[in-house]
Amino acid sequence: MGLRHFLDKLKRKVEPGSSLHFLYATLEALDTFLYVPNKVTTKGAHIRDAVDLKRVMTAVVIALMPPLLFGIWNIGYEHFHILGMQTNLWQNFGYGLIKFLPIVIVSYLAGGLVEVIFAQINKEEVSEGYLVTGLLIPMIIPVDTPLWMVALAAIFATIFGKEVFGGTGYNIFNPALLARAFLFFSYPRWMSGDKVWIAGLPDGISGATPLGQLSQATTVEQLNAIHAHFSVADMFFGFIPGSIGETSTLAILIGAAFLIYTGVGSWKTMLAAFIGGGFMGWLLNIFATPTNPYMAVPFWEHWLLGGFAFGMVYMLTDPVSSAHTELGKWIYGFLAGLMAILIRVLNPAYPEGVMLAILLMNMFAPLIDYLVVNGHIKRRMKHAQLLNGMNLKI
Amino acid sequence: MAKLSKILTEPLNLNNPVTVQILGICSALAITVKMKPAVVMALSVMFVLSFANVIISLLRNTIPTRIRIIVQLVIVAALVVLVDQFLKAYLFDISKQLSVFVGLIITNCIIMGRLEAFALGNKPLPSFLDGIGNAAGYGIILVIVSFFRELLGSGTIWGFRVIPMSAYAHGYENNGLMILPPMALILIGTIIWIQRGIFKELQGRS
Repeated sequence: MGLRHFLDKLKRKVEPGSSLHFLYATLEALDTFLYVPNKVTTKGAHIRDAVDLKRVMTAVVIALMPPLLFGIWNIGYEHFHILGMQTNLWQNFGYGLIKFLPIVIVSYLAGGLVEVIFAQINKEEVSEGYLVTGLLIPMIIPVDTPLWMVALAAIFATIFGKEVFGGTGYNIFNPALLARAFLFFSYPRWMSGDKVWIAGLPDGISGATPLGQLSQATTVEQLNAIHAHFSVADMFFGFIPGSIGETSTLAILIGAAFLIYTGVGSWKTMLAAFIGGGFMGWLLNIFATPTNPYMAVPFWEHWLLGGFAFGMVYMLTDPVSSAHTELGKWIYGFLAGLMAILIRVLNPAYPEGVMLAILLMNMFAPLIDYLVVNGHIKRRMKHAQLLNGMNLKI
Repeated sequence: MAKLSKILTEPLNLNNPVTVQILGICSALAITVKMKPAVVMALSVMFVLSFANVIISLLRNTIPTRIRIIVQLVIVAALVVLVDQFLKAYLFDISKQLSVFVGLIITNCIIMGRLEAFALGNKPLPSFLDGIGNAAGYGIILVIVSFFRELLGSGTIWGFRVIPMSAYAHGYENNGLMILPPMALILIGTIIWIQRGIFKELQGRS
């Protein structure tokens, strides 16, 4: 218990009244990060439960592991594959780790620093909220994103996505998606196109994602050629270029199962989102013409391509920014899936509509909840009035 | 005298039309991509607002209350047309950049707000100073916002290159979001945030 002893010694130095008291919040954060705090609620009605913020955040981090590990491997795989080299699992994984680690370290340092500064200013404890955001940001950007952009995006997202609204738990938008939106609109060259998705891409070779290629297709022959290059199995298992964590639908589904099992993510939101996306894709299939072959892409492929699965499983279900009522979750998820495919297919400027669709629905989540709750109140009121009326007659 | 100087200086900070009264946001989003148009816009608004204030103040006892908005609009519109013609004649490039936003000074909420709130009830000299002060307060915000938008969005200030080309060679890039209107809104929000952090008396107001 040397560490415990050391922390206690430090803590005595930052007690109220001492000259180092301004560092209290930082030390408190370090303490709760290393040890489970033994403070309990003493006043008011409350439910005692083992699930606190730290437990929830840890569950999400564990759920992120399958796509994360696959993503790291895939960085190496895509890199060596495009160079035409045969490599084994560990070579791929090692190369991916070298590429991925700096991004995640920068993301945690930049965002974490902002969190600590704000905690100091507000004299609050640093919350665990950034644990997930800091990991999500590297997973939804291309592998070649320059590190200073990652840092800038993490800082922007933490300040304007979270702290201005009052910190963890008060944000309207998903902070990690806000970081991606910031990068997407600030530095579009690094967030789309055909040069950024594969690490160490040789000049003159296109490394476009299947989604990017499909959105560029103008004839049915081109569409078929892309399908010949990327099979549906490739898309499902994730052997395709793309943002680091988004490629493997299988790994994401494993993570989704964990999220649903622990109750952190809502299966209703996820299922509704996939239904909504599938419905929109199917609708577009019906109206597809030979001149716009992109609309003819089968709807199940939209589930597998781009960030759809990742966004709908990990970002849309964010317990803070998503809808909370049970009916609201269905509406919220369905519309998010619908909008994602609508933007993706019909707006050529945004080949990936998932980010914009989720941010848009984040904004509408409180409204949906409000309408659902009001609907309940009205229905119950009618019921009560009916009963009252019957009583009077008797 | 102290009262007059207060009329002139209060809108600069504690009663700023943009950050405290939250007026005139729309034009602050549209024309602050570069500094030059922003300054020209601020000067145009200053001309229109100060003279409209004086004219309305002179007429304040003769305008029937029921048609005062129409009278105000006619006066403001006449002044805006003057400004527009002047810009077209002498600053054609900037006039093209500002495009419709010169004409839209007519609908700038700051102008109608000051005419209604101040000029209709005060003598010409205080009204003139009120116009100058409020337009200056508006101008300060435009300059601050456009400074950051031009610096980070285009790497220039007042059209001169500030961020050296060697920085671009080392991987620096202009921030595309700064060119887009949402960033102007975020910048104004940040200014409000900092201002209220420094001047605590603003925090109670809403």
